[in-house]
Amino acid sequence: MFRILHDTKYDFIKYWKTAATGTIAFIILGMILLGVHAARHNGHALNYSVEFTGGSTMQLQFAKAPPADAVRNAVDQAGYAGAEVTTFGDPKDFLVKVQAKEGAATAVNADSVGAEIARILAVRLPDNPAKIGRTESVGASVGNELTTKAITAILISFIVTLIYLAIRFEWRFGLAATIATMHDILTTMAFLAMMRLEISLTVVAALLTVIGYSLNDTIIIFDRVRENLKKQRKESLRDVLNRSINETLPRSVLTHVTVFAATMALLIFAGEVIRPFSWIMAFGVFTGTFSSIYVAGAILLWIERKWPRTTTPENKGAARALSEGRKRERPTPVGTP
Amino acid sequence: MSLRARILTILALCAVSIFFLFPRTVTTRVRGANGVFHEDTVRKVPLQEGLDLKGGTYLALEVNDSAQTIPADKKADAIDRALKTVRTRIEGYGVSEPIVQKQGNDRIVVEIPGIQDPTRARKLVQEQAFLQFMITDKSQALERALPRLDQVVKQRGLLAKVPGAAAATPTPANKGLQGLLTTADTSKANDSTKKAGAAASKDSAANDSLKLQAGGAFSSLFQQGSMPGEFYVESDKVAQLQDFLADSAVQAALPPGKTLLPSTDSASLQGKWYRAWYLVDSKPIITGEYLTNARPAQSPTGEGPIVEFEMDNVGGRRFRTETGRHIQDYMAIVLDGRVMGRPPVIESAIGTRGQITMGGKSLADAQDLALVLRAGALPVPLRVAEQQVIGPSLGADSVNKGMRAMIISVALVIIIMIGYYRFSGVLAVGGLILYMLYTLATLAGFNAVLTLPGIAGFVLSIGMAVDSNVLIFERIREELARGKTVRTSIDEGFRHAMPAIVDSNVSTILTAAVLYQFGTGAVKGFAVTLIAGIVASLVTSIFVVRTFYLLWLNRSRGAQTLSI
Repeated sequence: MFRILHDTKYDFIKYWKTAATGTIAFIILGMILLGVHAARHNGHALNYSVEFTGGSTMQLQFAKAPPADAVRNAVDQAGYAGAEVTTFGDPKDFLVKVQAKEGAATAVNADSVGAEIARILAVRLPDNPAKIGRTESVGASVGNELTTKAITAILISFIVTLIYLAIRFEWRFGLAATIATMHDILTTMAFLAMMRLEISLTVVAALLTVIGYSLNDTIIIFDRVRENLKKQRKESLRDVLNRSINETLPRSVLTHVTVFAATMALLIFAGEVIRPFSWIMAFGVFTGTFSSIYVAGAILLWIERKWPRTTTPENKGAARALSEGRKRERPTPVGTP
Repeated sequence: MSLRARILTILALCAVSIFFLFPRTVTTRVRGANGVFHEDTVRKVPLQEGLDLKGGTYLALEVNDSAQTIPADKKADAIDRALKTVRTRIEGYGVSEPIVQKQGNDRIVVEIPGIQDPTRARKLVQEQAFLQFMITDKSQALERALPRLDQVVKQRGLLAKVPGAAAATPTPANKGLQGLLTTADTSKANDSTKKAGAAASKDSAANDSLKLQAGGAFSSLFQQGSMPGEFYVESDKVAQLQDFLADSAVQAALPPGKTLLPSTDSASLQGKWYRAWYLVDSKPIITGEYLTNARPAQSPTGEGPIVEFEMDNVGGRRFRTETGRHIQDYMAIVLDGRVMGRPPVIESAIGTRGQITMGGKSLADAQDLALVLRAGALPVPLRVAEQQVIGPSLGADSVNKGMRAMIISVALVIIIMIGYYRFSGVLAVGGLILYMLYTLATLAGFNAVLTLPGIAGFVLSIGMAVDSNVLIFERIREELARGKTVRTSIDEGFRHAMPAIVDSNVSTILTAAVLYQFGTGAVKGFAVTLIAGIVASLVTSIFVVRTFYLLWLNRSRGAQTLSI
C-alpha cells in the first residue's frame, strides 16, 4: 500500500495567526489594486464584460499577426475612439470592446460595428484579411440587471448553504463555513484584480463553483469533527480540529491533485475563451483548501469560545471537549511531525 | 440488494445511457442556398450543442416601451402572446433546432443556429407585421387644414428646432420591412381576376407636382402628388416633418378621422429625392387579423416576386363589402404604419385573395414577408436588448479545444488514481468511465444544451468525481489499518464515508440549483452539467464501485489482502 501523509500529526491550527496575516495581506493588496484600477480606468475597478456594463464586444481573427496600432487606428477611424483594443490569447486575435451609452436599452448592433471595422482594416491591411469570430451586444439596462442577478445568486447560495449546514450539522458549523466562503470570494476578487481578468457570466459561474468546491472541502473536515466529537475523547476542540484535519489530509491531497490536474488541462488546452474560468478554478483549488483549514477551522474555534454549547445528552462529548478547551490556558499541541 | 440485482441495475443503466446517446437520424426542414425549403437528414449523437459551440445568432427581446408606457402585468401578457408569434416566425424560417423561449417574465430569448446574418434575424423577429387596408382621402382635407397647421407650428415654436431637425439624418426611425421595397415599387391588392390592381398609376411625381402654398413652415414641406391624398416630401425634410407630427398640437390640428402616413415609395425629381406621404382614413377597412395564408410567388406578369395572401370567409366577406363601398377610391396597404408602394385604385369589390408586389427585391425577401404575415402581428413592438453572433469556426475551435482538455484531464486522473490506489484505483476508473457515460446520457435525456462552460464544468467534474472514491478508499484504509478483515473494512469504509459524501454533494447541488435559477444561456448549461455530474458521481462511487468490490470479494473468496 502506497500511502502519503498517513497518520500525520501536524499542528495546523498553531499557525492560524500567520495564515490570517497572510490572507488578510493578500486581500488588502487586492483591494489596493482595485483602487488603482478604478483610478486608471475611470471608475471601473473590475474588468467587467459587456454582459454587465452593456456595450459591444467583437473578436477579430487575422490570418497573421497585424501591427496592434493598425487595428487601434481602424477602430478609431470607425468612430469608436473610446473602445478598448486588446489581443486575445494569440497575437492574431483581437478583441474590441465598445461601452454602451449610459441608460441605453437597446443593444448596439455589434455586427455592423464589427463589419465597419473589418471593412476599414481590409483597406489598410489588404493582404491580411480579418474575420469576425463573434460579436456580442448588450443594452446597458440589461447589464445592470445582470449585476443585480449575479449578486443575488451569490447571496441566495449563501443563505441556502447556511440553512442546509444548520440542519445537517449545527448553526456554528454553518456560520464558520459561510465565513470561509466569504473569505474565498474576497481572495478570488483580489486575484481577479491582480490578473485583471474579464468578469463575465462564465467567471461568475467559476466563482460559484469555487464556493461549492471550498464548501465541499470544509464539510469533509467538519464531518470528521462531528464524528470525532461523538467519540467523547478527552480532547479540546482545538485538538479535535487538528486531528480531523490530519485524518482527512490524504483525501484532501489526492482530491486537490486530481481537481488541479483537470484545471491545468483546461488552463493549458481549452483555449482563450474559457481561460478566465480556468484561472479562477486553479486559484480556487488553493484558496478553497486554505480556507477550509485556516478560516473555517479558526472561525469555528472562535465561535465556540464566544457562544459555548449547553450540555444535552446528545452532545455531551462535544460539550466536554469544549469545556476542556476553555479550561486550559494553552492547549498542548497534539504532537510534532 | 443481491449482487445479481446490483449488476443488472448497472447494466440496465448502461443500456439506457447508450440508448440515449446512440446516434440517430434527425430530419429537419432546411432552407437551401437557393432559398427553397427541403428536408435534410443527418445522423448524429443526440447531444444538443449550444450556440457558442455550433455558431449562430442569439437575440434577447423585450417589450419596447419607449413610445408608450406599458404596465408590468400587461407586458407579461404581451410577451406571452409575442412568444407564439416569434416562435412561428422562427420555426417557419427553416433552420434546424432553433430555440425560442421565455426568460423570466419580460424577455424572449431566440437562438438561431447557423445564421450568420443577424440583421435579417433581427428584422424577422422585430417586424410587428400589423397589416391594415386604408382608403386614401379624396376630400382635400389636408389642403384645407394646412393654414391651421402652419399657424400651430408657428405658435408652438417648432420651427426653432428646425436647424437641428434638418441636420438629423433623414433615415426614418422605424426600420422594418419597408427596406424590402425599392424606390420604384408599387403595391397593389387585387382579387384573382385582377380587377383592382392593374390600374396602379404609372404617373411619375414629376407630372403635375405643384407647390401647395408658399410661406408656412408646415405647408412648404408638401408638394401635391398625382393622386388624391398623395403628397411628396423632400427626403431631407422627412425628419423635420416627423418632428412636427410628434407634437400633440399638430396632431390635433390634422383633419379629424384622418392619418398622415409615409410610404415606402420614393421618387426623384430634378436631382432631388422625394418620399410619398398619404392622408388616409384613420379607420382601416380591414386589418391583417383575417389573414389565413400568405406565400411568396413569382408574379405572372413578370414584375418580380410578390406575396399572395388569402383571408378567411369572415374577412373575405367584410373585405368585399368594404371595397364595394369604395369603388374608384384608392386603397393603401399599410404595414406597421407605412404604406407599401402606391395605393392602387379599387375598380370592383375584392374577395378573399390579394397580393403585394415586392418591386425589385429578391424572392428571399418575399419569403420573409410572407412568413411574418402568416405568423401574425406582434401584439407589442419588441426591441433587441442583447445580441450575440458566434462564427462557426470559433465554435468548432472551442469544441476541439474542449475535447482535448477533456481527454488530457481523464488521462491524468486515471494515472493518479491507478498509481495511488492500484487495484482499487482500477475499480474507481471503471466507475469513472461509467460516470462519463451516465452524465452525457443524462444531458442527452433531459435535452440539456452543451455549452463551452458546460464542457469546462464537465472536465472539472471528472477531477471532482473521484473525490467520493477517494473518501471511501481512505476510510477503507483506515479500517484495514485497525486490523479489520477485508470484507468488514470495505463495508465500514463505505458506511463511514457516506455522511461526508452526501453533505458535501448536496451543498454543491444546492449551489448549482441557485446558478440554474438565476443564470442565463451558457451559465444555465453549466449548472445543468454540474448537477447531472454530481448525481452520476454519487451513483457510480457509492453504488457501482461498491458492486465491483462485492464482485471481487465473491470471486476471490477469503481474500486476505486488498490492493488499495
